[in-house]
Amino acid sequence: MTLPIRVRTLKIDDRDVSAREDETILEVARENGIDIPSLCYLEGLSAVGGCRLCLVDVRGVPRPVPACVTRVEEGMQITTNSERIVKYRRMNLELLFTEGNHICAVCVSNGRCELQGLAQSFGMTHVHFPYLYPQLKVDASHERYVIDHNRCVLCMRCVRVCDEIEGAHTWDVMGRGIEAQVITDLNQPWGTSDTCTSCGKCVHVCPTGALFEKGKSVAEMLKKRQFLPYLKLMREEHV
Amino acid sequence: MIPEELEKIALATRAEQEALSHQLRVCTGTGCLALHSDHLKDSLTSVIKQRGLEQSCAVKGVGCMGLCALGPLVAIQPQSTLYQRVTVDDAIAIIDHLDTQPIDHLLCPTDIPFFQRQHKIVLENTGQIDPDHIEDYIAADGYTALIQALTEMTPSEVIEQVVRSGLRGRGGAGYPTGLKWSTVSKVRSTRKFVICNGDEGDPGAFMDRSVLESDPHRIIEGMALAAYAVGASEGFIYVRGEYDLAIKRLKTAIRQAERLGILGKSICSTTFDFHLETRLGAGAFVCGEETALIATIEGQRGNPRPRPPYPAEYGLWGFPTLINNVETLANIPPIIRNGGDWFAAIGIDHSKGTKVFSLTGPVRNTGLIEVPMGMTLREIIFEVGGGMTEGHAFKAVQTGGPSGGCLPEQHLDLPVGYDSLAQVGTIMGSGGMIVIDDTASMVDVARYFMEFCKTESCGKCVPCRVGTVQLSNLLGRFTEGSATAEDLTLLEELCDLVKQTSLCGLGQSAPNPVLSTLRYFRNEYLAHMAKGVATQ
Repeated sequence: MTLPIRVRTLKIDDRDVSAREDETILEVARENGIDIPSLCYLEGLSAVGGCRLCLVDVRGVPRPVPACVTRVEEGMQITTNSERIVKYRRMNLELLFTEGNHICAVCVSNGRCELQGLAQSFGMTHVHFPYLYPQLKVDASHERYVIDHNRCVLCMRCVRVCDEIEGAHTWDVMGRGIEAQVITDLNQPWGTSDTCTSCGKCVHVCPTGALFEKGKSVAEMLKKRQFLPYLKLMREEHV
Repeated sequence: MIPEELEKIALATRAEQEALSHQLRVCTGTGCLALHSDHLKDSLTSVIKQRGLEQSCAVKGVGCMGLCALGPLVAIQPQSTLYQRVTVDDAIAIIDHLDTQPIDHLLCPTDIPFFQRQHKIVLENTGQIDPDHIEDYIAADGYTALIQALTEMTPSEVIEQVVRSGLRGRGGAGYPTGLKWSTVSKVRSTRKFVICNGDEGDPGAFMDRSVLESDPHRIIEGMALAAYAVGASEGFIYVRGEYDLAIKRLKTAIRQAERLGILGKSICSTTFDFHLETRLGAGAFVCGEETALIATIEGQRGNPRPRPPYPAEYGLWGFPTLINNVETLANIPPIIRNGGDWFAAIGIDHSKGTKVFSLTGPVRNTGLIEVPMGMTLREIIFEVGGGMTEGHAFKAVQTGGPSGGCLPEQHLDLPVGYDSLAQVGTIMGSGGMIVIDDTASMVDVARYFMEFCKTESCGKCVPCRVGTVQLSNLLGRFTEGSATAEDLTLLEELCDLVKQTSLCGLGQSAPNPVLSTLRYFRNEYLAHMAKGVATQ
């Protein structure tokens, strides 16, 4: 006998909320209009817990937990905006800025970039750490799209959407630590990829200007993500 | 394999060994092999042959005897003569002196604390048996625990003994082994796995390597017992690809066990099946993290994933998986053989049994040691280790590798245990113990480990991927003497961030060497700063 899905009640920022047992803290918080910032998370894709921006404090747990991958539990007491949490989020965001070359003024996603938006919402005017100024490549070999590694935040949304939604698995990760980067096929120019279907899903889920369409101006480079919740809904199995 | 058959092999092998008037045990561990102990073994064998002494003398390659500093070592039984720094040229003399007085200049005293103060459970067979011969292991009571468990105990009785023993994970985190086993056994599933984590990656650590090289059957027996206890029938031994010899000996051991029916189907004529395979790591430290290790066995990139769900519930290919370290599993056969209470009587509160350490640095007796929990660091370094080598003064001892910390002289009288070490800012870790002398800069030590974590980070989460780079750069400013007061504040803030917000154990513990050196050797950081300010 399978038990029907049960409901949990918990507290987020002293507010009583209810949730299905298979929901994550992030999902429940957003349903209730409680804002938790996130970057690598995208509804419709699997969650990986990599960006560490959706960290929240759970009473009784010593370390902050990522809200995107933590399931709700009965009686949980969650704090989403303590001083320490906000500080950690901001520091991680700053680290993201230092590891790439994010120059908004020359970026096609200026004004619509999620990284830029996060910085604005944090009131970030400068970073406390030295910029690393890495030397990174731009691959414009694809007929329609470009990847600019300088703007990549390694959120892996492109890797996940290509694998989980498109089913092509053109994108993957190569290298370790700070050397890690997304690659197409076996680290060959994107334009020579045998598996890429040129569907453009990766471009549209990319939170920054790392993936963009050729020939589009800043005003035109809109990232349309409506397809994701739609495809997720259409593909859901109803028993 | 039935109990009687095992008994027969044991008796026959023992009789064979007792018939010998001299058994020459040549260390063929990695340390002695590097000094050509294999050639030594060959020449001893050929001298015996020339003299026609094959009936009364035999040469046997054995695993690590521990005192790597004085290798190659040769032990002669039953006379208990131990020779040190033996070369191929000594072979004839050794055979000549078998029945007379031992050779003075080669003699290694065995009444020194190095041998007397050790307590061998995990290493009871290393240096005693030939790792390439299953009969040797059986003659040393090998596989009796497994047969006993299969024929006389229920799986829950096996778990009960492990719980009673108080054994905690020897891989570093110290999670209670019995609790882990009972969790996996409680999860209902059609398939379960047992994994042995042999991805020993800490710089200066070679405990698991020595166990795998010297006594591979012990791990097989431990894993089979674990599988029986939790209800698994498939297992993987994950070994670092760099451990050539360990892999070779493990594969031989698995083949031998299969041939005798100790692995495979219907073991000991029961319904218990257990299939074991090896998997090789490809040189990534992070793959010692259990979820990353599981990912690589699945054929994925070796990235950790957030826990929960823990592998006990959702492990290899989604099935409940028990994952234990080499040394943890090596403790299992004696626990089952002698009972959990026997094990719990050794050691101190909350840290039971013994711990194997690989002792390195400027101490006299570098090598592999096993001491009871609760022995003080001073006893380990200055008695078992024989103290500092001439011209070197003790400054600090580093335990736990890149996840651990450095302790100064004031903590030398600390009894070694999981909780006592944690209280002073380091960890038990897997057993690397690096002694540091007064010529070393502690900032350099901290930077070395941070560099290690930086290159070994998988890159999945931001604080570990970027934080370790920033930390390493900041430490570089100290070592080159250009650090400012703000850099020190930033260093401490970043350590806190990386420790608190990283996804897996690698990042969460990466700042530990920095934090512990800041705690005990802060003046060295300040000295580097002052120098920088002065030159500006």
